[in-house]
Amino acid sequence: MSTTHPGRTSERLSVAPAGKPSRTFEQQNRRLRWLMLTPALGFVGLMIIFPLLFTLNLSFTDAFGAVNSGRRYLGLQNFADALSDNRRFWPALGRTAVFTVGAVALETVFGLAIAMLMRKAFTGARIVRTILMVPLLATPVAIGILWLLILDPTSGIANELLQGIGVPRQEFLGSVSQSLGVLMLIDVWQWTPMMTLLLLAGLSTLPEEPEEAALVDGASAWQRFRFVILPMLSTTLLTALVLRAVDALKTFDILYATKGPGGGSDFEVETLNVYAYGLTFDYQEYGLAAAVLVLFTLGIIGVVVVLRLRSGRTTS
Amino acid sequence: MSTATATRTAALRPVVRRTPWGPLRALAITLVCLVIVAPVVWMIAAGFKTNVQVTDPTVGLIFSPTLDNFRNVLADGEILRSMGNSAIVGVVSTVLAAVIAVPAAWAVGRFSMHRTGSLVLVARIVPAISLLVPWYYVFAQIGLVGSYTVLVLSHMFVAVPLILWIMIGFFEGLPVELEEAARTDGLSAFGAFLRIALPLAAPGTATAAVLAFISSWNNFMFALILSDETTQTMPVTLFTFISYASTDWGGLMAAATLMTVPVLLAAVFGQKYLVAGLTAGATKG
Repeated sequence: MSTTHPGRTSERLSVAPAGKPSRTFEQQNRRLRWLMLTPALGFVGLMIIFPLLFTLNLSFTDAFGAVNSGRRYLGLQNFADALSDNRRFWPALGRTAVFTVGAVALETVFGLAIAMLMRKAFTGARIVRTILMVPLLATPVAIGILWLLILDPTSGIANELLQGIGVPRQEFLGSVSQSLGVLMLIDVWQWTPMMTLLLLAGLSTLPEEPEEAALVDGASAWQRFRFVILPMLSTTLLTALVLRAVDALKTFDILYATKGPGGGSDFEVETLNVYAYGLTFDYQEYGLAAAVLVLFTLGIIGVVVVLRLRSGRTTS
Repeated sequence: MSTATATRTAALRPVVRRTPWGPLRALAITLVCLVIVAPVVWMIAAGFKTNVQVTDPTVGLIFSPTLDNFRNVLADGEILRSMGNSAIVGVVSTVLAAVIAVPAAWAVGRFSMHRTGSLVLVARIVPAISLLVPWYYVFAQIGLVGSYTVLVLSHMFVAVPLILWIMIGFFEGLPVELEEAARTDGLSAFGAFLRIALPLAAPGTATAAVLAFISSWNNFMFALILSDETTQTMPVTLFTFISYASTDWGGLMAAATLMTVPVLLAAVFGQKYLVAGLTAGATKG
């Protein structure tokens, strides 16, 4: 573009500064912004659009085994198979929902409570914020390992502490019935600080006058929180909810690191993400896996759209 | 609002602002910190214990520490190589991602191209596994699976949207007047970006780069599929060690500690900036 007419470009440049922002200025801007945007957009686009189309295409085929072996089109057979699979698909969907709703709900409640605690300045706030960042930034696999140590049924400190307060020993991650709940609580431990930091950022932007007015009118602390602060915070709260929900739905590292392939012997923590991973890389069932992933992606988009729509309604 | 109300609120303001921070609040905040930090302290302490001490829950935080676990882990070439791989992939993917994402963020922020910019956020929503199979397929065809190149590309896929997300907000927060003045003085638009906006954005870029590096350092799933024995990154190596957990808890904890230390240092020294980076964009909705 500009390289083909170097003379013209420099001519424009020499003219532009003298006058007001002219048409040439504008044209240069337009060219430049696309030039600066294209590498990033092109990269992400290449890495995402082709693969998504590829996955969509796979979902209609019987692709299986070696990645480049031949495949036949089955139409919607894979989707029918997935949706009629009561052994793996529906339980995985249920676990994904339970894990996400449970974890995000607890994180929101705890995160909001801690944010309210930390709202007004106090000595040591810097240290507390640093501590809050530790679980967020630590490697999920390392977090999985540290909880395996703490929750070890025979030698872990958790059972020792529980016995101290008279609670019988637990199997924790060794138990089929407890695993999902335990991992949900680990997720709460790890991500509540994220909620807190997001909500603190939101709280810091709120004007003080409405709360003061409510105080003058004799509103109790709870009333000020419920009817003044919470409504003003709703935008941040919903943004934080969307961010957390998307990540919680896709949780993989900690589930896979602590329970291994298939989410344990009885698939007890197998969420949709872990299921799709297993189908793909353990069983090479690419066709069925792609169908599960298409359904999963649509589900995530659905959750985001629903939360976004609700946020639009509450703020306007 | 009437002047009477205004003066009344003004008079009340100090009362609202300065709630004496009661012992209850202090206790609650301390408790929260303990719950968050105790497991990590426990892990680090376990790295300094003998394997007999690790499996004995009555041994608390007071014991004579040993460096044997760290010595063994570092003597094992595999862990050192994995840490080196993690560092290489992290640095290269972060630098390359910053090179393409920072100018793009400036373009989006300055020229309000939010619709175009938000396309990149789709990358956050899509489950990574749905991309991994096609990536694997394509990269296997051209013989790149197991190479650093494919790891760097996959980690850049996370880093580019992350840096964009943080930097768009950062550039929007910079006063546009400075760049306008520079352009009136004869700088081109690109010159204004390079000489004015970019130096001013250095703190934001550093924050975004640190967070991008940490996301690469922590990434497990991509390396699990796309790396081989020689390019394996630290989380994958740690994962393969879990199966030996019952026999060598101390070594495992030492390795996990080594993995976590760089991140802890970043949290301690970059606290203010990293909090701003992590929460970027959240208040805009």
